[in-house]
Amino acid sequence: MNWEVIFHAGLATGTVLLFAAIGEIFAERSGILNLGVEGMMLLGAMAGFSMSLSSGNVWLGLGAAILAGGILSMAHGLVTIHLQADQVVSGLSLTFLGTGLALVLGEGLTGQTAAQMTLFDIPVLSQIPFIGPAAFERHSILVYIGYLLAPAAAYYIVKTRPGMHLRAVGEKPAAADTVGINVYAQRYFYVFVGGCLAGLAGATISLSVSPGWYSVQTTSGQGWIAVGLVIFAQWNPIRAAVGAYLFGALRRLILDLQGPALILGMTNPLYVNSNFSFFLQMTPYLLTILALVIGSRQAMKKRLGAPAALGVPYIRGERGA
Amino acid sequence: MFKKQIWFIIAFMLLLTFALAACESETSEPAASDDTTAETADTESTDSADTEAAADTADTASSEGGYQIPTVEEGKHNVAFVYVGPHDDGGWTQAHDVARMYVEENMENVHTAYVENVAEGADAEQVIRSLARKGFDTIFTTSFGYMDGSELVASEFPNVDIIHLTGYKANGENFGNLMGAMENMKYVAGMVAGARAKADGNPKLGYIATFPIPEELRLGNAFALGAQETCPDCQVDVRWIFTWHDPIIEQEAAKSLFDGGAQVVMTGADTPAPAEAAPEGKWGITYDYQYNCTNPACLTSMYWNWGPVYADIVERSINDEYVGGWEYFESDTGGMGLFGFGEGEDLMPGVASLPEEDLALIRDTYGKFLSGELGRFDVFKGPITDNQGNLVLADGVSLQQEDLDGFAQFGAQCETCMYWWNENITAELPDLDS
Repeated sequence: MNWEVIFHAGLATGTVLLFAAIGEIFAERSGILNLGVEGMMLLGAMAGFSMSLSSGNVWLGLGAAILAGGILSMAHGLVTIHLQADQVVSGLSLTFLGTGLALVLGEGLTGQTAAQMTLFDIPVLSQIPFIGPAAFERHSILVYIGYLLAPAAAYYIVKTRPGMHLRAVGEKPAAADTVGINVYAQRYFYVFVGGCLAGLAGATISLSVSPGWYSVQTTSGQGWIAVGLVIFAQWNPIRAAVGAYLFGALRRLILDLQGPALILGMTNPLYVNSNFSFFLQMTPYLLTILALVIGSRQAMKKRLGAPAALGVPYIRGERGA
Repeated sequence: MFKKQIWFIIAFMLLLTFALAACESETSEPAASDDTTAETADTESTDSADTEAAADTADTASSEGGYQIPTVEEGKHNVAFVYVGPHDDGGWTQAHDVARMYVEENMENVHTAYVENVAEGADAEQVIRSLARKGFDTIFTTSFGYMDGSELVASEFPNVDIIHLTGYKANGENFGNLMGAMENMKYVAGMVAGARAKADGNPKLGYIATFPIPEELRLGNAFALGAQETCPDCQVDVRWIFTWHDPIIEQEAAKSLFDGGAQVVMTGADTPAPAEAAPEGKWGITYDYQYNCTNPACLTSMYWNWGPVYADIVERSINDEYVGGWEYFESDTGGMGLFGFGEGEDLMPGVASLPEEDLALIRDTYGKFLSGELGRFDVFKGPITDNQGNLVLADGVSLQQEDLDGFAQFGAQCETCMYWWNENITAELPDLDS
């Protein structure tokens, strides 16, 4: 068992959760809860792989995935922003819609090999002991983009003018409207951004982390972990990144822990009884549930910093919730 | 207050979805959502394309709990297959579908059809019953979790022959089970892996194991025993993944083994993940489907060839001679093989470059398994020592059939039950009483 290797794998697989979670943070910060992340990811994974297969170009594949996720998210936008329907129900149906579409359109793609992202080292940074080999060696460009995306998103949301508009729309849309911000346009835009990032997350799986198309098992519930991660991270991109990488590392740790007989001179329980790994496999889901339970308490929600208008449709001319 | 309720609903929905996601490793969407119908609709179209005569059939296809039940053809012997995965999964299910087409093409007056992505348990029972009611004469149910449903439906329809893979029940009349001695192929694959690791100077191998059941321990031990023959220093590391079919987890387990130092990784699960995940200079061995060894890092594929086996059973079923029993075919039936060693097949580059004496030994042993000179009781023949230092089998003693497939706690009448790891495996099994 080698920590360098585990963190290396964790950063790669965690990038998937990172993209999806940051996308969801954008959507939720604007006041729209989108539970369809899993569906958008799956459609993105399929579109990315399919395009990369037919064109032989990964970049086209990435573009197709981003578009696919974004377009699908517009269905949610239309229903929840324009028609002011229940966001939870719409989001859940979006998951089914995305899953169904991806499976039908992805028929026959299983078992094929498409062009995939190349892995490369970052010249100087890879020389740093421990961190270098784990974080700056043999990664795809997506992982490196992920490192930059989290702080960039945090800066955008907290420090910039459009970011302030985003927050205003999510906290008090009526007030934002009075100062001339177009609430509907803002919400559509950030739901679209969320969809694009979810699609990119899907393509990160199908073009880089585990290349290929494996129907529903391609994402296997990671979209839901991303939704939980958003609450876990208190709508903060940096915390979301930390959580995503930790969950990523955990997936690998579970397997690697089965290897050595001794850890730090003590008997390794997973070596003696591999059934214990069930408990470790459970942890991301357990933490997600925990985050949701804590996040569901009104007082706690305020302390966590949930956008005040999250889940509430904005109807122009009526008094805000 | 309203918000609080919403959050409660979300939490509840998420819980529900996690529960579904957890089951999803074996099944696809269990709910009758649009994708299931779409997929089974596709089944129907593939099927009618296969037979061209679908238009002649009187009644139309019906659907049962979201699964589309295919129709029979009057005047023909109708054979149905129930699959746990998609028909083109590149592994276990695809091997069965190839066999289905073999039966369709090589037997006169036989019509075949299949239902795919059928969840194990109650769903499967409904699907099997619908097939029997529709008028199918022979039904193959190809996953462990179909066992009880198959048994029940067989008792309700005494004129329908139901063959189940891979379980341990039979009724002596129209319900039987079927399996083959894949341990023979795993043994030879172990020899290939051992020779490769020795030639590369890194005597470490890996095994991706699914569930701690006798089948997986038997096949892992067979692999380890084979490796021991060509590479006495070789050690086999194990990763349990607790699923039959999850391409992503299989790839992660393969990477975990490779990063842990393994030179060659073999799998007991359904997809060609070890070859896909193999880094430069390392190797994988794939399972189930003859033509899934396409990656240059693949050494060989231990494949099933169910076609002739099925044709034989269907023949017996047509003549009303099928007696549901306990069938376990040997490698001399042609029901299995190693890719690259057959006629008209080229050795994969990683095998072709092995030292000549190792290759000769491998070819010789493989030939003996195919001719029937060697069999499963030669694979498990003493002296065999387990990795706790106990003598499992004394020199010249072989395991019995019950030993190959039994755990004492499942009520098997085994003397030396399949609950041990060979001495060159670096993993442990949990104590049974703990």
